[in-house]
Amino acid sequence: MADVALLTTSDGRPLAQALVQAQARARRRALFLVLPLLLFVIFSFILPIGQMLHRSVYNDGFSASAPQLGAWFAQNPASTEPDEAAFAALAADLASMQANRLAGEAGTRINYVIPETRSLFTRSARDAKNLTPPFKAALLEVDPKWGDPALWQAMRAASSAYTLDFYLVSADFQRTADGSIERVDENRQIYIALFVKTFILSAIITVLCLLIAFPVAHLLATLPMAKANLLMILVLLPFWTSLLVRTTSWMALLQGEGVINDLLVWIGAITEDGRLRMINNQTGTIIVMTHILLPFMILPLYSVMKVIPPSYARAARSLGATSWTTFRRIYLPQTLPGVAAGSLLVFILAVGYYITPALVGGADGQLISNLIDFHMDRSNWSMAAALSAMLLVGVLILYWLYDRLVGIDRLKLG
Amino acid sequence: MKKTLILSTALAGFAVAAQADVTVMSWGGAYGAAQTEGHLKPFTAATGIATVMVDSDNPATPIKAMVEANNVTIDVASLEYADAIRLCDEGVLEVIDPAILPPGADGTAAMDDFLPGAVTECAVSTDIWATVYAYDTTKFTGDVPTTAADFFDTTKFPGKRGVRKGAKAVLEFALMADGVPASEVYATLSTPEGVDRAFAKLDTIKADIVWWEAGAQPPQLLADGEVVMSTAYNGRIFNAAVAEGKPFQIVWDGQIYENEMYAIPKGAPNKEEALQFIAYATSTEGLRQQAQWISYGPARKSSLTEPLIFNDGKTEMAPHLPTNPANMGNALESGSEFWVDRDAELNERFNAWLAAN
Repeated sequence: MADVALLTTSDGRPLAQALVQAQARARRRALFLVLPLLLFVIFSFILPIGQMLHRSVYNDGFSASAPQLGAWFAQNPASTEPDEAAFAALAADLASMQANRLAGEAGTRINYVIPETRSLFTRSARDAKNLTPPFKAALLEVDPKWGDPALWQAMRAASSAYTLDFYLVSADFQRTADGSIERVDENRQIYIALFVKTFILSAIITVLCLLIAFPVAHLLATLPMAKANLLMILVLLPFWTSLLVRTTSWMALLQGEGVINDLLVWIGAITEDGRLRMINNQTGTIIVMTHILLPFMILPLYSVMKVIPPSYARAARSLGATSWTTFRRIYLPQTLPGVAAGSLLVFILAVGYYITPALVGGADGQLISNLIDFHMDRSNWSMAAALSAMLLVGVLILYWLYDRLVGIDRLKLG
Repeated sequence: MKKTLILSTALAGFAVAAQADVTVMSWGGAYGAAQTEGHLKPFTAATGIATVMVDSDNPATPIKAMVEANNVTIDVASLEYADAIRLCDEGVLEVIDPAILPPGADGTAAMDDFLPGAVTECAVSTDIWATVYAYDTTKFTGDVPTTAADFFDTTKFPGKRGVRKGAKAVLEFALMADGVPASEVYATLSTPEGVDRAFAKLDTIKADIVWWEAGAQPPQLLADGEVVMSTAYNGRIFNAAVAEGKPFQIVWDGQIYENEMYAIPKGAPNKEEALQFIAYATSTEGLRQQAQWISYGPARKSSLTEPLIFNDGKTEMAPHLPTNPANMGNALESGSEFWVDRDAELNERFNAWLAAN
């Protein structure tokens, strides 16, 4: 009886099984379609970010070139005074560093922690093959700095390629000679303050963009087609223009002897000596970035406003609402998905912005990305990676907050 | 006719492409142009080896990244002295055998011909340049700035100042302006009090500073009237003043000079040709040719035996060179060893100082 009840396809296979097979085929085909995208995402996004995160905790500049010293550190606990065996290991490592030209790399790694050790390594490595036992006395003769406990602490810390030291520095902390952690001197603290400044400036830029973009987007959405198209071109034209061109045009406009100051002097609004400082400072960064990021706010707002039926607002007015109430309770809530999308887009772009603050930011308009660039310039990849990772975490936290407060499913990009 | 022209051009292009091109990476602007005219073009004319010039804000940065990534695309880099030493220690540069360097035109052995320190393990000097400051002569009537201290005197000489964004040469200059003799600058800067003193001096004009990064910027800032005086590389000011007729005057008091070096990154695709290029460019004649395009001093004695004339055919170069005795009254040789060690530390302090309001 059961056999009869079983549904089959025309070629006699059980229907359930045939369905599963057909669906699996469809899924495979679908996977085949998204495969290029998947590979692209893996190779251009996930792998590089993973590599960056790895770099931020991994630096083998010292450990790879000092294997014997590494072995000594592994055998002896942290409190051990460096003995003759330690110095012998050091001398052997220095000799092999000289042979393989690794003294510079190794010294650079220790130099991050203790200044002036780079040349200590390169100088001592040059002499290393002439050293004779006892090595402790011989090395101290080359340079008494080899007896410094802080140096040995730093070498011990660096003898493992994996380290959190770069995150410590990114948070304005440092290790002391005995291995404990303390804040760096006030005149060297920079990163935390700069992270805060980056987020504050980005928030200011986002709010400015929103204030400017809202009326523009509304106008775009409500004007007759012909005029709206013209206005749209005016919005898109700068969007298509090179970032560098736009930034340098702002330099010509804003500088002390620039167009805007000349105009203000000419109409008598300011005196010749009272020319405004609008560039090479924070003001410059805010003005130029607001302009450059504006289209990213206008376009999502426009696409949302375009589909809001005007009849809702008319209905509200006909029921006696004032124009302000209509705006506040009927129109504004309907634009929220666009506001949310635009704000998120502008904010995240602003947080990582680099070239504009570098060109117009002067001293106090620099963002954290400019310091990441500084460390890249000096080949301190690990430090740059640690700062980038912290920036990434900061953005993810904000994204999570945003999801909790606004809801990511309410985002509408167009 | 037209067809043959296209064909021959294509063939010539093919011939050039088939041969190894020596790619040189330098600093762009007037300096890059001087190297192109003084070294690259004559080298190609003499040997038939094609050359290409690539610009960078500081070639030391990209070549380190190239060598680490095993993807070296350039053959010769123009480096600051301290960077050449640092990168050599890190194994980023090829070792250059001094035996390839030709003797001076007067027959002096190469190593005796070069000034002391001009040939290192991995690099050879192309010229001696200086960080100086220059002012716009139209902005000051009566008294004009003449000393390093005047750069920091905003009451006597009001107006904005351009300064290179970075610790190197800036901290030394501040100390010299504060009255530290050139011979004691690095000893002072090695102490925490000395560093504090340099930053305290910079604090006095911090609000008036416009920071620059690329060597082409200071002449531009002066020409735009954005600043009334600016630190700069002396050759850039010379070219703006002499070749372009700009009203800029260099103040040599407190100049900081150093060798600029040609080096070959490890794994350069055309190492043999690169060695030939360096031997040619740093010969007596090669050094003279570059010095006819920009006011940086040749590092060979034999290059200076006859007077050097700028490419306009009339300007004598000697008074404009950093190494001219008249310009060396209060001069400091940049401390390469000092910066190899202290670059990271002092630049971090500098960044923190810069970001603090």
